[in-house]
Amino acid sequence: MTAITSDFVAAPVLPKWVVPVLLLAFAYGVVPLIGSSYVFEAILLPFLALSLAGVGLNILTGYAGQVSLGSAAFMAAGAFAAYNFNLRVEGLPLIGSIFLAGIVAAAIGIVFGLPSLRLKGFYLAVSTLAAQFFVQWALTKFSWFSNNSASGVIDAPRLSISGLALDGAVGRYLFALTIVTVLTFLAYRLVSSQTGRNFIAIRDNETAARIIGIPVLRTKLLAFAISSFIIGVAGVIWAFAYLRTVEPDGFDLDRSFQILFIIIIGGLASIRGAFFGAALILVFPLALSRLGGFLLGDLFDSGVLDMSQRIVLGALIILFLILEPDGLVALWDRVRRRLLFAWQST
Amino acid sequence: MTFLSTIKAAALSAAMIVSVALPAAHADEQYFPLQSYRVGPYAAGGTGFFGGFIDYLNLINIRDGGVNGVKLTWDECETQYEVERGVECYERQKSHAGAAAWNPLSVGIAYAMIDRITADKVPLITVNHGRTDSTDGRVFPYVFPLLLNPYSETSGIVNYIASKEGGIDKLKGKKIVVLYHGSPYGKETIPIYELLAQKYGFTVQQIEVPHPGNEQQSQWLTIRRAKPDFVVLRGWGVMNPVALKTAVKVGYPVDHIVGNVWSNSEEDVIPAGDAAKGYTAITTQASGNSYPVVQEIVKTVYGAGKGNLEDKARIGSVYHNLGIVNGILNVEAIRIAQEKFGHRTLTGDEVRWGFEHLKLDPAKVEALGAKDLFHSINVSWDNHEGEGYVTFQQWDGKKWNVVSDWIAPDWALLRPIIEKSAEAYAAEKGIKLRTADDANAVTTN
Repeated sequence: MTAITSDFVAAPVLPKWVVPVLLLAFAYGVVPLIGSSYVFEAILLPFLALSLAGVGLNILTGYAGQVSLGSAAFMAAGAFAAYNFNLRVEGLPLIGSIFLAGIVAAAIGIVFGLPSLRLKGFYLAVSTLAAQFFVQWALTKFSWFSNNSASGVIDAPRLSISGLALDGAVGRYLFALTIVTVLTFLAYRLVSSQTGRNFIAIRDNETAARIIGIPVLRTKLLAFAISSFIIGVAGVIWAFAYLRTVEPDGFDLDRSFQILFIIIIGGLASIRGAFFGAALILVFPLALSRLGGFLLGDLFDSGVLDMSQRIVLGALIILFLILEPDGLVALWDRVRRRLLFAWQST
Repeated sequence: MTFLSTIKAAALSAAMIVSVALPAAHADEQYFPLQSYRVGPYAAGGTGFFGGFIDYLNLINIRDGGVNGVKLTWDECETQYEVERGVECYERQKSHAGAAAWNPLSVGIAYAMIDRITADKVPLITVNHGRTDSTDGRVFPYVFPLLLNPYSETSGIVNYIASKEGGIDKLKGKKIVVLYHGSPYGKETIPIYELLAQKYGFTVQQIEVPHPGNEQQSQWLTIRRAKPDFVVLRGWGVMNPVALKTAVKVGYPVDHIVGNVWSNSEEDVIPAGDAAKGYTAITTQASGNSYPVVQEIVKTVYGAGKGNLEDKARIGSVYHNLGIVNGILNVEAIRIAQEKFGHRTLTGDEVRWGFEHLKLDPAKVEALGAKDLFHSINVSWDNHEGEGYVTFQQWDGKKWNVVSDWIAPDWALLRPIIEKSAEAYAAEKGIKLRTADDANAVTTN
């Protein structure tokens, strides 16, 4: 079933790079001109941050087969590390802080990835919960992390790259988009490299992988490190570009689950899947809530509306997964193949 | 799939239609974007507070036909107390014209909004909570922690304990334990308790209860060993009833426990049952429905079937009354601003000016039908808290009874600490300190 193949069956007519390039051209060239502040602040910025986190988790869970429930912890580690590097290291450019924050998240990822050498599946998932609780606890407990701010909630610094201020909605969007593009491209290269194949080998059969000479221990830890690096940077985008504030509570277990659902719904072991999943998880509730408010807003209070939206959303997700257990990516590819077939046969 | 994509397309296009078709404010409407929470772990506070707020806005519309003829409108956006939902709601609701002020009732959401509302020039009200240093209007022109910031609350509690002991000098040698919620909110007052302990010569021991606080055996055994004269409960949600029950279990007298402003509601004591009898808590607004303004809401709003609370027994509860007081403060700020700028839809910046001149003395409060509901408020351009008074209520097993006079926190002691913190924030963010002249320059369109 594995969706490794999904990257390769796509686009039978066009070269593989055409669609991403067109999308990027649209995202850079057209979106900043037509988007409203609502589109940037409430849809695109969280979409970019969560997609990137999804890409990160997909490397670990989708490709290397290690289930993790600690994604939000790595996001938090990245966000707080970037804040502290930015605050405490004079003259360090923002990009430097973000890179170092990724390194810190990667280091924490390696530490909490160590149990993966002995544990598998659900047991590993439970042990990554430790990361989730420990990081959140540490960030609340030691006020040094939040620069001794009274309530532990900190403000994101101003965003600027070599003197160019990026504080507006469009600026922050372009900032996030650039980081996401670069890291996604690197992730894409990674999964089609030898290392990526090693990940998949370990996922599919660890013993077999060991026999053909893949260093299992090193590869697993590498997967944790790379995945946590990307998730950590996603945390920086979430905190600096999207919310503009950082608090440990924002990175709770719910966020970890959200990211896990994004890759499951979007499609495991697929880079595009993270974007599909994030779009569904984010945009769909918003559309539903708008629609609900528009149709029924006068009849029910917002609490009832919100509850019914959850029911609808839950039902739709179940429906999606029944229709296509391999996620939205597989669904998309199937539909596209059919359309192409229909088009070619006319 | 085609079916699903049709639904999705329909939903999206409907969403776009909604965003386009949002009714433009007429010249005679003032809009309140309500980022409310009616589901999730804090729904009890949300339904009570926003219920009271909406009830008061309805009262003004039904009884007076609005504020000087300007009708009050609002809509609700569910946040579940989550920051990113609050931000989404902010972006969704801000396109509506004629927004008067934001009232998210959430520290996290308020923090995320500070940059945004400052750029948009619309006031952000954090009644009884929020960032302590946003009291300094020189640095935070649009943020108003009205009535009571966390430091004033601490000072009020210490002053109350002093009055129980017979005077501020009697605090010397006493021992106070602060049992706080393990969250940013819970930790906010740690330094100020230390400072007051030093100043008045009592010893303070601060014990953390990890979130959510449904297990407190070890903390209360520590308290029993420490034998403090008073325990201050700085709780939130489920932590409060559990604290009261555990106190009874270890034999600590409940009437020596003093609750803070988020441990003071019916929802905190009723689940504790008899264990809560005799428990005292601070409040800025007394509970009960005997106050004229609450009576008018019962008669005019609930009488017309437009009441917001589903459970009418909650009318006059602590959160409901806080919502009503918050409604009074918002509406009076608009009224004050209208006297200067005209009886019309005001800009956010004009409403900000109104809040900065929000002075309601006890006589005015009485005229509003809120005598004894809350004391008074005196906001100025550089003091955005407005010197709110506090009172203390004791739970008798059925209802809260006021057991103290109105007590003033020690503002003079707190102000330099607040200014120092605000100035540090200004330096970090590159904000120029505002002057009285800046405060009088108002954007009018």
